Amino acid sequence: MLKKIEAIIREDKVNDVMDGLSAIGIVGLSLFEVRGHGRQGGVQLVGRAGTYQVNLLPKIQINIVLNERNLEAAIEAILQSAYTGEPGDGIIFVTPVEDVIRIRTRERGTEAMNYPGDIDERKKK
Amino acid sequence: MNAQISTGDTAWILVCCSLVLLMTPALAFFYGGMVRRKNVLSTLTLSYIFMSLIGVQWVIYGYSLAFGPDIGGLIGGLDYLGFTGVGAQPNAVYAKNIPHQLFAAFQMMFAVITPALITGAFVERVKFKSFLLFSLLWATLVYDPLCHWVWGQGGWLREMGVLDFAGGTVVHIAAGFSALAFALVIGPRKGHGSFPMEPNNIPLTVLGTGLLWVGWFGFNAGSALGANGVAVNALVTTNTSAATAGLVWMLLSWLDGRPSTLGIATGMVVGLAAVTPACGYVTPLAAMVIGAVAAPLAYYAIRFRERRKLDESLDVWACHGMASTWGTLATGLFATVAVNADAANGLFFGNPSQFAVQLIAVIVTIVFAFGMTYVLAKALHVSIGLRVSPIEEEVGLDISSHGERSYL
Repeated sequence: MLKKIEAIIREDKVNDVMDGLSAIGIVGLSLFEVRGHGRQGGVQLVGRAGTYQVNLLPKIQINIVLNERNLEAAIEAILQSAYTGEPGDGIIFVTPVEDVIRIRTRERGTEAMNYPGDIDERKKK
Repeated sequence: MNAQISTGDTAWILVCCSLVLLMTPALAFFYGGMVRRKNVLSTLTLSYIFMSLIGVQWVIYGYSLAFGPDIGGLIGGLDYLGFTGVGAQPNAVYAKNIPHQLFAAFQMMFAVITPALITGAFVERVKFKSFLLFSLLWATLVYDPLCHWVWGQGGWLREMGVLDFAGGTVVHIAAGFSALAFALVIGPRKGHGSFPMEPNNIPLTVLGTGLLWVGWFGFNAGSALGANGVAVNALVTTNTSAATAGLVWMLLSWLDGRPSTLGIATGMVVGLAAVTPACGYVTPLAAMVIGAVAAPLAYYAIRFRERRKLDESLDVWACHGMASTWGTLATGLFATVAVNADAANGLFFGNPSQFAVQLIAVIVTIVFAFGMTYVLAKALHVSIGLRVSPIEEEVGLDISSHGERSYL
C-alpha cells in the first residue's frame, strides 16, 4: 500500500527534517512554499510607521510518497526533527496513493521508489 | 555663445539637471518596491511616464506658463512657447550666469518629478487613461501657475518675499496635499483594511532612497543656480536634515518594536523633503532641527491617516506634504542672511514678518493644490472614472493596464 505524507513544517526546519529523513533512508521528496496557519494565528511585522498583523504565515510543505511499511519510521523522523515546542511547529497529513511510476524506466509501484541505500535496502541487510 | 556665462556654474547646473532627472526613476523604484508584486510595473510607469509627458509639455508651453513674462502676478505669458527665446543667452531675471535654456531645462526636471510624487496616492487602482489626463491638467492648471507665483518673474508670492529655495511649496506641499485630495476621491484599494498589503521588494525602495538622496543634491544645491557658497550650504543642510531624520525615525520605529529598514529609508526622504525650502537659507544646525522635527511629524501623520482608514497609499501627504509644510514654516524661523545675503532673516533672527509670509504661502499652496486637485479628480471620477474595474484591480494593473508581467 502506498501512502503520501504531506508535512507542513517551519521554514527554518527544512534542513533538519531533510537530514532526519535521509538518515533513515528516505531520499525522494518534493517541497514547496505554502502559506497558512493553524492555531498559531499571525505575527506582527514592523511597517514604516508602527506594526501590522500578518495572518498568513509562510511554511514549507514536504511531500513524500512511500510504502506503508515505512510510514511510521518516516513520521517519527519528521516529528523529531521538526519539533520546537512552540505553536506553529506544523502538521502532517497522510493520504493513500493509487500508483507510482518512474518516468525513465517505466517501473511501477514499490520498484519505482527504490534507490540505492534507501530504507528498504537497509532493512534487508 | 555669450561671453558672460560662467562655465563653472553652467557645468555644475548641467550636472544638477541630470541629477534631478535621475530622481524620477529613483522615485519610481522608491514607490515600486512598496506596492504588491502584481502592480510593480504599473507603479514604475506612473512615475516614468512623466519624463515623457512633461518632457514634451514643458517645452511646448509649460515653461512659458511658469516662467514667462508675468500676467497679473498669476501666470506667465506665451512668449516662450516651444522654447522660442530660450537659448544660450542668459535670462537676466532668473540667472545671469548660465544659459537661459539651461535654467529652463533644470526647472523642467522639477516639473517632471512633482506630479510623479502624487502617484503614490492612487497606486494599484487608478485607470491609466484617467491618470494621463489628470496629470496633464494638473501640470497645466496647478504646477505651472503655482510655480509662477513662487518663482516666476512677477509671481505674487515671490513679490511678497516668500523664501522657497528648491520647492517646499511648489513641489512637496503641492504634491502632498494633491495626493490627499485625490485619495479622498478615488477611494481605497479593494480589501484595504481587511488584509495587509505588504511591500513586494523593500530593496528596491531602499535603492530608490539612496538615489533620491544623491539626486537631491542636484535638486537643492542646484537651486543656487551656481557653483558657490550657497550651493555648498544647501548641499550640507540637505545632507544633515536627511541624516537626522533617518536617525530619529529609526528611534521611533525602534520604540514601536524593531527599527524597520523601510522606516529608516522613509525617514531619510522625509528629512530631505522638509529641508527643501530651507536649504539655501539656514545653517546646518538648523537643518538638524528641521530633520529632527520632520520625522515624528510625518511618522505620526502616517499613523493618523491609518487610524482614519484613508488609503492614501504611499503617504505622500505625510512624507512630503506635512514634512515640507514644517520645512517651509521653519524657513521663516531659521533663515539668516549670514547664510544667504540675497535672502532675508527669519523669526529667530529678529524678523517675524518672514514667518507670516511663509505661513501665507503655505496656506495658499495647500488650498490651491488641494482644491484644484479635488475638482479635477471629481470631474474625472464622474465622467470617465478614476478606477479600474474590481476584477482588473484583483488581477493587478501590470496585466490589466499594461498587459505585462513583472516576474515570471
